[in-house]
Amino acid sequence: MSINWLQVVFALLALGALGAVFGFVLDVAEKKFAVEQDERVAQVRAACAGANCGACGYPGCDGFAEAVVKGEAPVNGCSAGGAKTAQAIAEIMGGDAGVTEPKVARVICQGECGVAKERYNYDGYHSCQMAAQMVGGPKMCSYSCVGLGDCADVCKFDAIRIENGIAVIDPDRCTACGMCEKTCPRHAIRLMPRDASVIVRCQNSDTGRIAREACMKACIACKRCEKTCQYDAIHVENGFAKIDTDKCTRCGECAKNCPCSCITVEGAASEVA
Amino acid sequence: MRITDIGSFFLFMVNCVLVNNFIFSRFLGCCPFLGVSSKVQTATGMGLAVTFVMGLASFFTYFVNLLLVALGLEYLQTIAFILVIAALVQFVEMFMKKSMPSLYSALGIYLPLITTNCAVLAVTLLNVENSYNLFESVCNGVFGALGFMLAIVLMAGIRERLETSDIPKAFKGFPSSLITAGLMSIAFMGFQGMVK
Repeated sequence: MSINWLQVVFALLALGALGAVFGFVLDVAEKKFAVEQDERVAQVRAACAGANCGACGYPGCDGFAEAVVKGEAPVNGCSAGGAKTAQAIAEIMGGDAGVTEPKVARVICQGECGVAKERYNYDGYHSCQMAAQMVGGPKMCSYSCVGLGDCADVCKFDAIRIENGIAVIDPDRCTACGMCEKTCPRHAIRLMPRDASVIVRCQNSDTGRIAREACMKACIACKRCEKTCQYDAIHVENGFAKIDTDKCTRCGECAKNCPCSCITVEGAASEVA
Repeated sequence: MRITDIGSFFLFMVNCVLVNNFIFSRFLGCCPFLGVSSKVQTATGMGLAVTFVMGLASFFTYFVNLLLVALGLEYLQTIAFILVIAALVQFVEMFMKKSMPSLYSALGIYLPLITTNCAVLAVTLLNVENSYNLFESVCNGVFGALGFMLAIVLMAGIRERLETSDIPKAFKGFPSSLITAGLMSIAFMGFQGMVK
């Protein structure tokens, strides 16, 4: 079988001509319908953290940059970038960055293997969301960190790992983008002020006995912390203790007196920004 | 199905819009049908954009096809038509960005995706397959797209209602949308055989 070269040339010419004609028309149209874009959009886009994490509430960094230039989004809206980014964007926009309270994600659970009692041995699809729907989740406590790492999967900054059946966050890497907070089916990760070093690490609102049966480090709502605190900063509500970070002086007395050691003090000086 | 007089014109229209509806009977263009059908307003915009592209694509591909037939290059139909559609979509995108920025941002990624919307390519290829003349081709394109628009707007209306109604958590979002699409497809099956 021989190739009809004339046909090949015809085909090439025909498609090439079509392409050339369309290219020319589009080029003319491009000039005619040109939309001048604010040059600040590109500048703001460059200043963003660039992780496309979506923590700002806009579809990616491009959407955020456009919204900032339009004046819809605040200049400090990029939480992943933190104060530096806010400053840079504020300079581009010619305004003040305002005060951004540095935040960090904290795991509100200490139910490690051996501490939290298991309900059953989960052997299904590796997803907290899935496991949490199965008869109340693999751990007895239905408020606990499920420990299958949905948060670690969504973290774009590699700040979360699963250790001993529970999520652990590296505060140095955490940018407080909030993706883990949104992903956790148990809401066991919360964004907190970075300097709030005293944290109640339990949100089990069951009564004391049931909570204790489920986990050794569960808050049993004994109110001992409430009595210990001299600053009226910690209160038991809905069956577990809550700290008012504005009143808390980080003295750590409550943590010392907690019979279940479910209040912890983050000691590392580097964490307190 | 040919257009010979005014009666057959209406029959042709019913055939394109209802009987051989692109989404519910041919299952073409399901991606934007599910992707852009959460609000009636954007669904209408999408429908109009598709109508515009399909009509123009039918018009231009008719001549492109004539050219290809003259050169004996019919086998290049698919790739040549894709080229035409891609150029048209690009043009529509530029035009919209300039004159309808709100619709442009509402359609987002789905606007360039019209390029690969199988319904658009299908309409051009069907025109050739049925050896429609220019008028029939454009009618097929426009009415077919209106059928698409009808489907997507109806779907958007239902989805807006679903959004506020109390349905089981497991069915929220896409599951209920897909079930709705299935039920609508069954409803459209009722039109089958209406036009011979």
